[in-house]
Amino acid sequence: MSFLENYAFYIGAFGLILLGLYIVLVKRNLIKVIIGLAILDTGVNLFLICVGYIAKGTAPIFSASVKSAQQMVDPVPQALVLTAIVIGVAVLALALSLAIKLYQHYGTLNLRKIREQKW
Amino acid sequence: MRKTIAILLLVIVALGIRLSLAKIPFGTPKTKVGRYYIEKGIEETGAVNIVTSVVVNYRGFDTLGEVTVLFIAAIGLGAVLTASSRGETRKTQPASLVLYTGCRLLFPLILIFGSYIFIHGHLTPGGGFQGGAIVASAFVLIYLGCREKRISEKLSNTLESLGGLIFVVVGLIGLAVGGYFLLNFLPKGQSYLLLSAGIIPVIYIAIGFKVGSELAGIIDKLIEQSK
Repeated sequence: MSFLENYAFYIGAFGLILLGLYIVLVKRNLIKVIIGLAILDTGVNLFLICVGYIAKGTAPIFSASVKSAQQMVDPVPQALVLTAIVIGVAVLALALSLAIKLYQHYGTLNLRKIREQKW
Repeated sequence: MRKTIAILLLVIVALGIRLSLAKIPFGTPKTKVGRYYIEKGIEETGAVNIVTSVVVNYRGFDTLGEVTVLFIAAIGLGAVLTASSRGETRKTQPASLVLYTGCRLLFPLILIFGSYIFIHGHLTPGGGFQGGAIVASAFVLIYLGCREKRISEKLSNTLESLGGLIFVVVGLIGLAVGGYFLLNFLPKGQSYLLLSAGIIPVIYIAIGFKVGSELAGIIDKLIEQSK
């Protein structure tokens, strides 16, 4: 039980990463592959936040009620993930735009069929 | 066959992760630098929100790089999508009156909320990236509800460039005044007040405008393509 308590967040984060990786490896529909990449991205972000967590910690923001620096979680991974989320959205949009172009060019989103056709 | 190989690969990856994670306990302090930022952050940067002081001050140069990545992704999307011929445009069905009125009512409120988030980035949870995303969500609502309305591309491009320019110029002023890029040259003021933390609110407002106009531009281009 303590194993689960200690590692539940890691298991969740890497569960998402492995799920995303599986989708990217196995699925043939390009939209599904892109969704897999998005899930993978979420898993990585969650893992970074988990690494920075300190047991019973609060958000690293001082306020009228929180004035002591004790028990604050690590701010560095949060700062990394903050920008990574927005960049993830932009990269996802870029991938989708490429998918739109591929569909217009080949008339299909099936990666097997796209690979068989001539460029 | 393909699935078997994929699952086999994933099992190997999972075992590798399992082995490496066994040495990283959950919920314990790990980095000294994080500790340092928490203890000295207010004193050195004046920002109450330590995450903001890390993003904009301690690692401001890194953030400039990340903003550039965002910019390049938006540019790439524009280049990929606008290269096509814009032929026949499908006529869109107008939204229902309820949706139309609701969107027009909510749009300014969401804009104000987004601006609040990025102006108060150094005091409360939030900042330029989050506020920018909220502002962009207001434009999504407008595209859903008032389908014939468009934001002008010129305006969004101008705001985006202006945001980036302010970021770089503020950094360069720091270089001129104190000898290194993104030096916090403005007075830090009293913590917990809106006008504090020197250049942090200025840069975060610039980032907010930049991210908001970039994401709105991305949505605009994707919707234009689907018409």
